[in-house]
Amino acid sequence: MRKILLSSIMIIIAIVYIGRLSYLQLIDNTNKNPLNDTAIKAVYDYPERGHIYDRNGKLLVANQPSYDVMVIPRDVKPLDTAEFCALLNISKEDFVRKFKKAYSYSPRLPSVFVPQMSKAEYASLQEKMRKYEGFYIQKRSLRHYMTEAGANVLGYISEVNERDLQNNPYYQSGELIGRQGVEKQYEEILRGRKGVKFIQKDRFNRVIGPYKQGIYDTLPIQGKDIYLTIDNDLQEYGERLMVNKRGGIVALEPKTGEILALVSAPSYDPDLLVGRKRSKNYTELYYDSIAKPLYDRGLLAMYPPGSPFKTVNALIGLQEGVIDESTTFTCYHGYRYGRGAFMGCHCPSGQRNNLIRGIYESCNAYFANTYRRIIESYPNAQQGIDAWENHVKSFGLGDYLGYDLPIGKSGKVPDTELYNSYYGENRWFATNTLSNAIGQGEVLTTPIQLANLTAIIANRGYYYTPHVIKDIENDTIDRAKYKTKHQTTVAPEHFEPVIDGMHEVYKKGTARWVQVPDIEIAGKTGTAENFTKIDSVRVQLTDHSIFVAFAPVDDPKIALAVFVENGYWGSRWAGKIAGLLIEKYLKGEITRTDMEKFVLEGSLQEEYDKPLSGKPFKINDGSKQMYPPGYGPYKPKSNSGQ
Amino acid sequence: MNKKLDWLTIIIYFILVAIGWLNIYSATFSGDTFGNILDLNELYGKQFFFILVSLVMIVIILSIEAKFYERFSGVIYLISLLSLLGLFIFGKNVNGATSWYAIGGMTIQPSEFAKAATALALAKYLSDIQTNLQDFKDLLKAFGIIALPALLIIPQPDPGSALVYASFFFVLYREGLSLMYLIVGLLAVLLFAATLLYGPLWVCIGTAILLALIYYFGNRKKKQVRLINLAGVLLLATAFSYSVNFIYENIFEQRHRDRFSLWLRLEDDPAKLEQIRKTIGYNTYQSESAIGSGGLTGKGFLEGTRTKGDFVPEQHTDYIFSTVGEEWGFVGSTVVVILFCLLILRLTYLAERQKSAFSRMYGYGVTAIIFFHFAINVGMVIGLLPTIGIPLPFFSYGGSGLLGFTILLFIFLKLDGNRINEWM
Repeated sequence: MRKILLSSIMIIIAIVYIGRLSYLQLIDNTNKNPLNDTAIKAVYDYPERGHIYDRNGKLLVANQPSYDVMVIPRDVKPLDTAEFCALLNISKEDFVRKFKKAYSYSPRLPSVFVPQMSKAEYASLQEKMRKYEGFYIQKRSLRHYMTEAGANVLGYISEVNERDLQNNPYYQSGELIGRQGVEKQYEEILRGRKGVKFIQKDRFNRVIGPYKQGIYDTLPIQGKDIYLTIDNDLQEYGERLMVNKRGGIVALEPKTGEILALVSAPSYDPDLLVGRKRSKNYTELYYDSIAKPLYDRGLLAMYPPGSPFKTVNALIGLQEGVIDESTTFTCYHGYRYGRGAFMGCHCPSGQRNNLIRGIYESCNAYFANTYRRIIESYPNAQQGIDAWENHVKSFGLGDYLGYDLPIGKSGKVPDTELYNSYYGENRWFATNTLSNAIGQGEVLTTPIQLANLTAIIANRGYYYTPHVIKDIENDTIDRAKYKTKHQTTVAPEHFEPVIDGMHEVYKKGTARWVQVPDIEIAGKTGTAENFTKIDSVRVQLTDHSIFVAFAPVDDPKIALAVFVENGYWGSRWAGKIAGLLIEKYLKGEITRTDMEKFVLEGSLQEEYDKPLSGKPFKINDGSKQMYPPGYGPYKPKSNSGQ
Repeated sequence: MNKKLDWLTIIIYFILVAIGWLNIYSATFSGDTFGNILDLNELYGKQFFFILVSLVMIVIILSIEAKFYERFSGVIYLISLLSLLGLFIFGKNVNGATSWYAIGGMTIQPSEFAKAATALALAKYLSDIQTNLQDFKDLLKAFGIIALPALLIIPQPDPGSALVYASFFFVLYREGLSLMYLIVGLLAVLLFAATLLYGPLWVCIGTAILLALIYYFGNRKKKQVRLINLAGVLLLATAFSYSVNFIYENIFEQRHRDRFSLWLRLEDDPAKLEQIRKTIGYNTYQSESAIGSGGLTGKGFLEGTRTKGDFVPEQHTDYIFSTVGEEWGFVGSTVVVILFCLLILRLTYLAERQKSAFSRMYGYGVTAIIFFHFAINVGMVIGLLPTIGIPLPFFSYGGSGLLGFTILLFIFLKLDGNRINEWM
């Protein structure tokens, strides 16, 4: 025992020390990351964010410099706070609060202290910053908008929040990230990749030199410029036309699926969300729960499609062989399909309509008949709905479509499951679902889906996934997704009679008021009933005005869907706006200045104020609204089916 | 002569010195190009010079007749004491401690040589046929030999170096001192730490339970454990624990409390922890971080970022092991620990095979001193022991230290090499 005590203790101590060393060096990881190393400071080099151009090469979004005051709390030495606060134009309380926040984020990582100073503020600061240890100025670049339009498409950038920091290790406090629109969708392409230099420092925070001769340093990768399919002139014009109205416009190039314009009204100047004013403006926009300027109606608003959906039923009817071009149905001022079940129509009783007339007169009875034939050509209604649903979905309805913007709604296409849940297992018939015939049933669509539907008709049966990306600078990645043709279940030859009918809508039907010289348009008006709740009572509001169109009929270059909230009926607002946009896009100038004047000067504000006024109000009341000469009120006989 | 030397020990010695110098080079090297290793303006150059001096010293020590060391141990011890005393008059103050003589451009630290002298004197005294450790008077004299230099070193002030003399306990124990001294000492430390960690009440309850178990099992094995003795132990432990608590709370100053709270990790408030890391715990924290950042294989020679940035204070002296940890990683630091372990085991073996009591006791003294230095120093650097400033043998920068340890070790190797001739 006496001989081995010292040896034994030595062995025990060696084991304990090796154990401690293995804990420090192998298990505990806090000191492994070079970024956690007090001796190493990472200095970032931010590349310029890519510019955004429209389809014609017009610069929409560029950059401007901005300066953040950054803080590394651990390095801060006692300072004259009063002087420092005065310099930064903040209060002492702000100083304490910001400092605490930065410290709780991390004592050794930089946090933003005062974000986004202007160039003028920076000039007066930079000389004096040196004496405040732990603070420094970080240059960043902010967006500079060359257009006032397209805020909803372009999106915006803002400082990363704590969730972004957790979700994506690339970002550090104070960096900028794309939010909404193209900025979000193409964030990594526009952003590029920041470069980093690791600098070796001593305990007095003096720079000794590069860490390991810079083997871990990276060069910044420039952000790439991107070209959008948006036509900025068309976008701007669309937004101007939508002033004092609410709604959405989606214009596509049918042959490619390129989105020419995506208007959501009301909109806002994208410049509002740049720099220090961003958060105040954003809050204002965010809390405007009445006009909802941040709500992209073109992508998110779901409505029953109304009459434009009749074209889909016509096409399915033709494909299923239950009708042909010459099939006629008699309208009895409506359609009776059961005891007490009557769908009204504005046609005079006894009028015989063929397919084309059915479309341009928008005859409810014609499509009720067609729809029943489709469903009832199958052994039971369930199989009928299955087949019908399959056709409808091939038009991209009930689907997010897969366009390259970060928000969207799927819309809705009813199926047997839905009706089973309504009526019980297989205890329903074609007539229970008859509203689908005229687009007033369970079908819901967004404007971009309607525009895509119109493009399908223009293309006679196929579509490309709508998209806003046209080109990325020096980019070789294959955007195959937008080059894949999606064929509908309806054969191309069946589209011709429907297009003829839609052309007649423009020539002599419900949209004859919006004719544009020398341009042949095919279109379809629509009217959608809608409701709101006032003091938890369901109240009907003035109908939405809907119009879908493409032009020219023979060689379609533009297909669009316009909807105007509470615009009363299809051709009253939406039709005119569609006509003006088509003329603008195809001719580059407006000849229908009378129509333009009506739209630009017209306002629906009075209509929007009604449900908020707290007083009783009339809906679908055209008497008080102004009409320019030559535009008598086209008074529909029925609220539905226009 | 050469064949009788223990070459294994000598090889370990040279490996340790070489690794030590490389790490001193890394810790003190600044600039980008490799400097002249003999540049006396640089610390690594000075240390290289000391290594050369040590080599000369080795030759001298090995050339001297082995009997000289035993015969003149008393004289050497006396000279050593005088040199320590002389510090009070001629000493040079460096960093607040008057531990050095300045001669020309060099400084000499006599306490580094006093260890070898004390080991010699103690061995001489104990190996005297008339000395009997069971005799309290003789024991007191042995304590006196050990305590005298320590008492001279404490007021320099250099309590760390003085504490090293506690390692002579191992020599006394080997020669027959009761283990009770060690056990009581260890128990006191244990009770002290436990009191700070869990409070005196729990310590008393814990002690009571432990004693009850001892009583129960002891009696089952038919060993007579007297209840009255156990009660006495409990009373003592309780008194000790409460007085520790009282002293800690009322007599200690905050800086003392901070030291212990750092060692036993009593503080969990992050803000206060951060404060401790910046002040009293700065050294330990930086040293642990540097070692931790080394990982498995380290950052490589001259690549230690914290070493380069001088984050660890006294890194070339007391904290040299953190450079090993950072630049050579777990592999390198484990190798160093194992080398020291081998050295100690080898020296114990050598001491045990000595035929003369003097050689054996001196050997034990050498082993215990090196062991003590290693255990305290590395324990402090890796954050297991409180901060006690003593160097790591053969590693830490310092001419006196290196020379002192070299002399200490090689006198023993000379004695060991001479063991066959002892009868002559």
